[in-house]
Amino acid sequence: MGYVLLGTIFNVPNRWLDAIIRLVIIVILVTVNTLALTYIERKVIARIQARLGPTRTGPAGLLQPVADALKLLTKEDLRPRLADRWAFELAPFLVFVPVFLAFIALPFAHDWGIRFLDLGLFYIIAVLAVNIVGWLMAGWSSDNKYALLGGVRAVAQMISYEIPLVVAVLCVTMVTGTLDLRAIIESQNAWPLILYQPFPAFLFIIAMLAELNRQPFDIPVAESEVVGGVTIEYSGIRWSFFQLAEYSALFVLSLLFSALFLGGYAWPGALHAFDLGWLPAWIPQLILTFIKTSVIIIAMMWFRGTFPRLRIDQLMSLAWKVLIPLAFVQLFADGWVLVYRPFGWGLILGVISAVLLGIMAWALGTRFQQLSQRPAREERVEYVRQLMAGRSS
Amino acid sequence: MSEMELEEREFETVTMDINMGPQHPSTHGVFRMILAVDGELVVDVEPVIGYMHRGGEKLSENLDYRQGIGIQDRTDYLGNFNCEHCYVMAAEKLAGITPPERAEYIRVICAELNRVASHLMFMGAYGTDVGLFGTSFTYGFREREQIQRFFEELTGERIMYNYFRVGGVAWEVQNGFEEKCRRLVRKVREGIKDIDGLLTKNEVFIARTRDVGVITPEKAIAYGMSGPMLRATGVPWDLRKNEPYSIYDRFEFDVPVGTNGDCYDRYLVRLEEMYQSLRIVEQALDQMPKSGPIMPEKMPRMLRIPPSECYMRTENPRGEYGIYLISKGGNHPYRLKMRSPSFCNLMALKEMLIGEYVADAVIILGSMDIVLCEVDR
Repeated sequence: MGYVLLGTIFNVPNRWLDAIIRLVIIVILVTVNTLALTYIERKVIARIQARLGPTRTGPAGLLQPVADALKLLTKEDLRPRLADRWAFELAPFLVFVPVFLAFIALPFAHDWGIRFLDLGLFYIIAVLAVNIVGWLMAGWSSDNKYALLGGVRAVAQMISYEIPLVVAVLCVTMVTGTLDLRAIIESQNAWPLILYQPFPAFLFIIAMLAELNRQPFDIPVAESEVVGGVTIEYSGIRWSFFQLAEYSALFVLSLLFSALFLGGYAWPGALHAFDLGWLPAWIPQLILTFIKTSVIIIAMMWFRGTFPRLRIDQLMSLAWKVLIPLAFVQLFADGWVLVYRPFGWGLILGVISAVLLGIMAWALGTRFQQLSQRPAREERVEYVRQLMAGRSS
Repeated sequence: MSEMELEEREFETVTMDINMGPQHPSTHGVFRMILAVDGELVVDVEPVIGYMHRGGEKLSENLDYRQGIGIQDRTDYLGNFNCEHCYVMAAEKLAGITPPERAEYIRVICAELNRVASHLMFMGAYGTDVGLFGTSFTYGFREREQIQRFFEELTGERIMYNYFRVGGVAWEVQNGFEEKCRRLVRKVREGIKDIDGLLTKNEVFIARTRDVGVITPEKAIAYGMSGPMLRATGVPWDLRKNEPYSIYDRFEFDVPVGTNGDCYDRYLVRLEEMYQSLRIVEQALDQMPKSGPIMPEKMPRMLRIPPSECYMRTENPRGEYGIYLISKGGNHPYRLKMRSPSFCNLMALKEMLIGEYVADAVIILGSMDIVLCEVDR
């Protein structure tokens, strides 16, 4: 077992020790990442809202996440008496551990990663889907109507948006021909995949927002309606698991987006063009990864500050009526082009994808009102009248 | 749609009671709504009010016509000057006092700027209701701060102004009043454009507020609604135009009227009203006499009103605010009845909420822009 760190090769003879070291690295990564992201989120959103964000704890408020973590650690671990004990206590783990596991397959640079899996992409998507069960458990087992509403909505939303996510990832897989994340990144050495698959990139972003329960899809944690949603009965460290999961998943999915569509550490040319003798290759690669992931993360925070929340039926309509049909059209078009390989097939892929993107932009821009699935108001009122008449008789 | 036919349902459902309790981030004060929901559909709503009742009308009976102004401030804490205006006008009507010109202009400027501040608060809170994380809130409050700072210079208070008096205003305006006011109007107009840009064309905002909470003009009139709620349904009723009080007939301004009666129209009506109020302020600054008395010459120290009664109404940011004043001689009212617009608008809550989704309940309540102090007095 050996791995490269800072240019030297470490050889750890014992495989168990090696595994433990790798897991510790993940723990450190996840912790540092969450701390940094909570701070950055608060600052970015504050600036969008014409205010400053944390400024007092530590220089420029840098110790704020530490203060938050300490506060959460010292809180009492409450559990409602009528809550289902095992489901309640295990749910945060089910939400958090899959994200932790997803870190294993992420490549940060050519040699920098915990494990480079051949099926890396498949593994990450599969593992991230497990946290849906955790949300449902958390919502159902807290003895609280708000939590139940939040949990059920969360599950409906996350399941619906898994499909565009998977289809977008499938399109990438078909075009690059591999599920190995390193291979996907390195195949984009010349052109990032977003240039000839813009529509799956867009699908991925929207599905990512929905999977993370962020604005405009944060019905499950809607603060002004079901306050806190699923997490309403959790306190202290248990609650912070949900936050850890959200921010770590934000990082994982942003890194995944930059790996799949923006070229990860390889574009523009960090694999060869930056091959200066005195500069080890991993430095420009890490910088590229960092920049791209940061751009996506800050864009997500920007959306959080400017989008109101979609209602649950509008959200579901968006997934099932707009995203999924167009996603399947994209999938079939990709398949057709890749099998028959007409001349200039890369350009054709890009054009088809751009056209689909245009169709979706038009649909969302002009027909957004009609996303509501509900029947007309008179019918609803009549229904209620009948319901109440039936009840009282 | 077939799913709405009651006979075709395969399973029994039970309505669940959701209590949006007095403490809730979205109920705009201490207001309790008990919603009975069937799935996502609201089947019944029971509003519970009274948490803010402080006996304002009874208190006014023991306070003379200068002390009672403080109560009016606290009744509608967002449209204070308008409530004060109504009260002092009622007293003036009974006592037969005419305030001097300069005082009238100062009153109108204060009242209209207060209307802008109130609508800014609405914009801020409404964005939060719709789900925006808080951006509209800080934008709205940034402008409101400027207005409040201006009023602090004028009256010494940021919210509970207590500046109008029967017969005029309490004291002369600050140095540089006119240029400060013009600068304020300019800055606030720019700031409103920020909120406008954030919300008005935002597709998600429109999708959440269009066709939500619709009420027909006939029903609105039947429930006694007034103000932006009524105008959004298409009824062009504004007391400043239809029954001009004070000096409102000297100004040229438009009254925005909606078409649909939904939440989006109410938002648009209030947005446009802000621009119109700023227009009135500018015209008032132009027309205001540069110097002059702010109180009539022979004002008695303690105002005593002969036995009489009157009903005076003004256009508050929320609607028609009315004061029914009965005096039996003496220096304090015998009975002061406050007709608050929020109370009457709130009566239509059940009408608007039944048949809507739970997620829209908060949006509809927010669009009514109620102030609980006014509802409960």
